[in-house]
Amino acid sequence: MDTRAIDRILKKHNHEHSSIIAMLQDLQELENYLPENSLEYLSEKLSMPLSKIYRIATFYNAFSLTPRGKHLISVCLGTACHVRGAAKVLDRIRMYLGVEVGGMTKDGLFSLETVNCLGACAMGPIVVAGGDYYGQMTPAKVAPTMKNYGKKPPKPAAKPPRRKGKK
Amino acid sequence: MRRITTPQELEEVRKEIQNGRDPEKPCIAITSGTSARAYGSEKVVKAFRDELKRRRLGKKIDLRVTGGQGFDEREPLVIIHPKEIMYQRVGPNDVEEIITETLLNDRVVDRLLYVHPQTGEKIARKDEVPFYKGQMPIVFGNNALIDPTDIEDYLAIGGYEAFAKVLVAYSPEGVIDIAKRSGLRGRGGGGFPTGVKWESCRNAQGDKHYVICNADEGDPGAYMDRGLLEGNPHSVLEGMMIGAYAIGSDEGYVYVRYEYPLASENVKTAIEQLRECGLLGKDILGTGFDFDIKISRGGGAFVCGESTALMASIEGEAGEPRAKHIHTVESGLWDKPTNLNNVETWANVSFIINKGADWYTTIGTEGSKGTKIFSLVGKVNNTGLVEVPMGMTIREIVFDIGGGIPGGGKLKAVQTGGPSGGCIPASLIDIPVDFDKLAEVGSIMGSGGMIVMDDTTCMVDIAKYFMNFLKDESCGKCTSCREGTRRMYEILDGITQGKGEESDIELLEELSWVMQEASLCALGQTAPNPALSTLRYFRDEYEAHIKDKRCPAGVCKALITYRINADKCTACGMCKKVCPSDAITGEKKVPHRIDPEKCIRCGACVSECKFDAIEVV
Repeated sequence: MDTRAIDRILKKHNHEHSSIIAMLQDLQELENYLPENSLEYLSEKLSMPLSKIYRIATFYNAFSLTPRGKHLISVCLGTACHVRGAAKVLDRIRMYLGVEVGGMTKDGLFSLETVNCLGACAMGPIVVAGGDYYGQMTPAKVAPTMKNYGKKPPKPAAKPPRRKGKK
Repeated sequence: MRRITTPQELEEVRKEIQNGRDPEKPCIAITSGTSARAYGSEKVVKAFRDELKRRRLGKKIDLRVTGGQGFDEREPLVIIHPKEIMYQRVGPNDVEEIITETLLNDRVVDRLLYVHPQTGEKIARKDEVPFYKGQMPIVFGNNALIDPTDIEDYLAIGGYEAFAKVLVAYSPEGVIDIAKRSGLRGRGGGGFPTGVKWESCRNAQGDKHYVICNADEGDPGAYMDRGLLEGNPHSVLEGMMIGAYAIGSDEGYVYVRYEYPLASENVKTAIEQLRECGLLGKDILGTGFDFDIKISRGGGAFVCGESTALMASIEGEAGEPRAKHIHTVESGLWDKPTNLNNVETWANVSFIINKGADWYTTIGTEGSKGTKIFSLVGKVNNTGLVEVPMGMTIREIVFDIGGGIPGGGKLKAVQTGGPSGGCIPASLIDIPVDFDKLAEVGSIMGSGGMIVMDDTTCMVDIAKYFMNFLKDESCGKCTSCREGTRRMYEILDGITQGKGEESDIELLEELSWVMQEASLCALGQTAPNPALSTLRYFRDEYEAHIKDKRCPAGVCKALITYRINADKCTACGMCKKVCPSDAITGEKKVPHRIDPEKCIRCGACVSECKFDAIEVV
């Protein structure tokens, strides 16, 4: 934990409780997720109950309490992408990476997330991998795309795991 | 930029900027909003910069990086002024040729022009492309004329003239009167008369009043607000400043959706420029009016588009809505009178002030004045943002501007209003689009998403899609919404899995009624709409799923099987290669077969087959 960096975040927002969401955004940018000890430090410095911070961190989708992989894969599930077959693309990615939405691959290379519309509907279905946009995605394009990031297909090919509840 | 302390000085600065510009000077405008960037526009911008520098043409030719200009399907666009020649899908390799041919030798590069899909004709001028021809660009049109990060561009086209005018010539009540007479209604979805809202807020008791711009554009498939904020942030801020003067507010917030980093950045830049030149801050233009604007970034929660949830989020709380027995115009942000309007509503304001309420009322229909920006997406040829007068028919928007359905598909429905809206069947596409007509057919205007669906879209699957979205986004405060969306999703999911029962439809309708009656905010109250509207117009599809265990559109995995049509199969082996479950067999030159036991219906073979040989049965 880089306490000096967190102190800078606190100072930037004048220790104001109302800026907690912005502070957590900055913290997440720093660490790629919200580590427990950083949140404890924040709680102490702000004199804000940890439970309150936890409530904010779990209410908003932007925050992750678990580490994220080296490459973040975001599959757009906006309506425009959906009617063009985004669900099939997501299924194929889940199967290929062997990871559920919200999870990280065992090798720490990938995190898989979904997003409710990136507003680049002309390109749909869209997958953003490590910040690069891949438009007009199809299930067949998944394997070649993931290979760009050093992921070989799992063997033997397995049935896709069932999708459970909330991401 | 220097400080501007009086309205006269503002006009002087504007004149200086305008005099320094020659409208006949060649200018290369490149679109580089989020959509264009996804297509690699930043590389095109760099290539133009480098090439102009290399050839020492920087003084002869201007370069302008604009936000999106609507036609996202063809991004990145390059428009050469003053002749308005539009090139589409431009890549870095085209740059040299464009400069040599078009800018230096006045010749058009044919291969980069838009080709009319029906006539095959190549169209050179932007305003003659069918996508633009049918539009009425008022609010969104200025995106083409400005670099959103340069306040001088905005001032050059008359920016902040309306703001200065109200400070000097109008009383706050006078401004409210104009807003009321214009008939402007909230563009965020509610359609509440803007002037009336301003008046209630102005009249509310309190030592401090807030104005808020709601840029938490959460409807999937809708991005009008992002287009405006990215491409012309000053027009939105100017509207807020005029509104703040009318209401008597000295502090404003722009609440920007988490997923819109570029929009946040451009608004931030615009606010800094305004502070620097004194158009935000204390004693603006020496008139005694104080006003400043802050940015608040969302945390990725759809419910925060609801006004009370949004205000809770600005306060640093979880974004849960509250009951509105007392309206936010009386007690909103930090319990102070607060006026919240959507991005597009604010962007309309300066035009109304400049051209007058009477002018505004000549556009649109009886109950809905002005234009509306729609995000035309889905199964449509020309995806993009389109601005049309209220009252245009869905047919005109989808077919004349949107260019119809790709691949010769048949229009099935148009979904408007996001997860709170409904699906309008193809038989009703001749209705004029305005607030009241859309409500009559069981949908809503919403914020302006218009998702086109063709015969390969399953309407039960669409209802399930929205319900899945809403169950994830329900904040959980009201049981009716939290549990209702979950139960409705489970029922719809069951139907798409072939486990539906005949009593399901009745149960869906009963749950819908409870959610409408018992939920606090619009998210829960309107959550059943996608299910109800598809039940109203596409009940036969529900029945096909429930009774015949069949998905007529061929979408629901559990109810379909893939089969290779031996007459069409050329045995190229592509499907076999991409099949992840080794379900496809076949030798060279022999039509292939799919083993239904092994097939996981992932659809990889369908997307890969060049001969349409794989059929859904």
